[in-house]
Amino acid sequence: MIRRRTLNSQSHQRARAFTRREVLAFYLCISPWLIGFVIFTLGPMVTSFVMSFTRWDLLSPAEPIGLRNYERMFTNDPLFWQSLRVTIIFTLMYVPTELIGGLLLALVMNQPIRGIKYFRTIYYLPSILSGVAFVVVWIWIFHPEAGLINATLAIFGIDGPRWLADPQTALSALWMMSIWGLGRTAIIYLAGLKTVPKELHEAAEIDGANSVQTFFNVTIPLLTPTIFFNLVLSIIATFQTFTSAYVATDGGPLNSTLFFVLYLYRQAFQRFNMGYASAMAWVLFLLILLLTLLVVRSARSWVYYEGERR
Amino acid sequence: MKQEQPLNRGTLTYQQPRIGLRRRVMLRRLLATIIVVSGAIIFLIPLVWMFSSSLKPEHQIFAVPPELIPNPPRWENYTEALTYVPFGRYTINTTIITIVTIIGHLLSCTVVAYGFARLRAPGRDALFVVVLATMMLPYPVTMVPLYMLFSSLGWVNTYLPLTVPAFFGQAFYIFLLRQFFLTIPYDLEDAARIDGANLAQLIWYVMLPLTLPALATVAIFTFQATWNDFLPPLIYLNDQSLYTITLGLSFFRSTFDVNWAYLMAASLVTMLPVVLVFLLAQRFFLEGITLTGMKG
Repeated sequence: MIRRRTLNSQSHQRARAFTRREVLAFYLCISPWLIGFVIFTLGPMVTSFVMSFTRWDLLSPAEPIGLRNYERMFTNDPLFWQSLRVTIIFTLMYVPTELIGGLLLALVMNQPIRGIKYFRTIYYLPSILSGVAFVVVWIWIFHPEAGLINATLAIFGIDGPRWLADPQTALSALWMMSIWGLGRTAIIYLAGLKTVPKELHEAAEIDGANSVQTFFNVTIPLLTPTIFFNLVLSIIATFQTFTSAYVATDGGPLNSTLFFVLYLYRQAFQRFNMGYASAMAWVLFLLILLLTLLVVRSARSWVYYEGERR
Repeated sequence: MKQEQPLNRGTLTYQQPRIGLRRRVMLRRLLATIIVVSGAIIFLIPLVWMFSSSLKPEHQIFAVPPELIPNPPRWENYTEALTYVPFGRYTINTTIITIVTIIGHLLSCTVVAYGFARLRAPGRDALFVVVLATMMLPYPVTMVPLYMLFSSLGWVNTYLPLTVPAFFGQAFYIFLLRQFFLTIPYDLEDAARIDGANLAQLIWYVMLPLTLPALATVAIFTFQATWNDFLPPLIYLNDQSLYTITLGLSFFRSTFDVNWAYLMAASLVTMLPVVLVFLLAQRFFLEGITLTGMKG
């Protein structure tokens, strides 16, 4: 139905040439976005690029210092490397969890049992709570003595780790906490699962495939566009981790959860090194861009679009 | 019943004798139910623990082993927590910011999305690619220069940096509304145009009534995102009387002698509006995801 409508609209559009009135109307309509894009995105991007070559504390005028911000960052700032390390390790931990765990959760949410609608609500609910309150609840769950986890472990005589207070476990604790928000990813998978045609499952079954084979050879290939979509979103979001680190650990203990954006925030808004922070922002931008492009490039070899068959 | 869940079925029942077919189906369903229910319980535990802690009297909160039922439930925790830090003030502040942001998104994104969906002009498709690209642009990348901009305008410590940009569109919602407009047939607009409707009338009288579900989705997503927003308010609001709920909660949490029962009560109150809106408007959340989440 939808496809026919789009087809219609395309032929409808092709029938007419550009009219000056319509061009004017178009630019009038999108002018809020266009103006906003120039003022709030493009302008700041250019400014921050220029500022990244200066030293500026907001009070005295900016002083051009060439490449020294970048030089300091790469050769003389252990915290920069630490923040990069933390962010990359966390990304390597969390992105696969989100992709695989989200899919498993979607399979659970897809069970044809009575009342599954309500169970879906329960699974999805925590992901919309993301934010400070979400983190605060988990700080309490992770409390070394009276928190739910350690107090329960104590019943069995187990002395639980100090979670957020221990540099060895703090990052893993943040990882565990993020799993509670998997519902968002799962619901996107669920939408993808619903588009897998039943006939293909039946055909595979007739050919003698068992359900594990069907899952890996039919369901997964058809889900690759969804996996791709989730992968890109997940990488971009994980690289921006801020709230959980700021509220739960403030980067500690011993900088073991000093995420890149947290360190960027400190440089900019606690030490007012605006030039240095701008340079960091550009490094972040280029890193995310590079990773996204890598994923998009690799997509050709593993993402399967149904349309290609024909 | 068609079996879609492969994981358990393969190991449990594959190639078992035919006689047990009925039992197999029942067993499978039982197993599925057990998995779904126990998963849901695990997902609910943090919320239950939060609620239970929020009602506990001081001597019970640190009890080991943990006690689930507050004895006696101490409802005063709520009133005390909410007056200990001026949460009423913060709720009003957050509500103001949220409402203005919703209005801004609805006004700007509708018009922009209409342009991208319906009007033809050179450069349109290239510009739309730019819209999609900005969707991928992380906020931290522009937050430093944006701060410089707003600070030079004297907007720091006001709500303007948090609300004014909303009136200039937001890439994700523009995309969402454009996708929705594309599913609306042209006939109605053509008829209205023949009747002499101008562009504003076309959008207002013809498109908007048909777009209400998508607009509800935008409003609800915006509500949820703005209500939970943390980094921008943290950067721009210094004055405690201007704090949003999330800032207040974070401030509350970092105060030295923290009372966990109060903190859980405050967290729960903070979450409540989002939970209520979600339960009432679940349909729109899911529609938004199917509209934008997937290709085709």
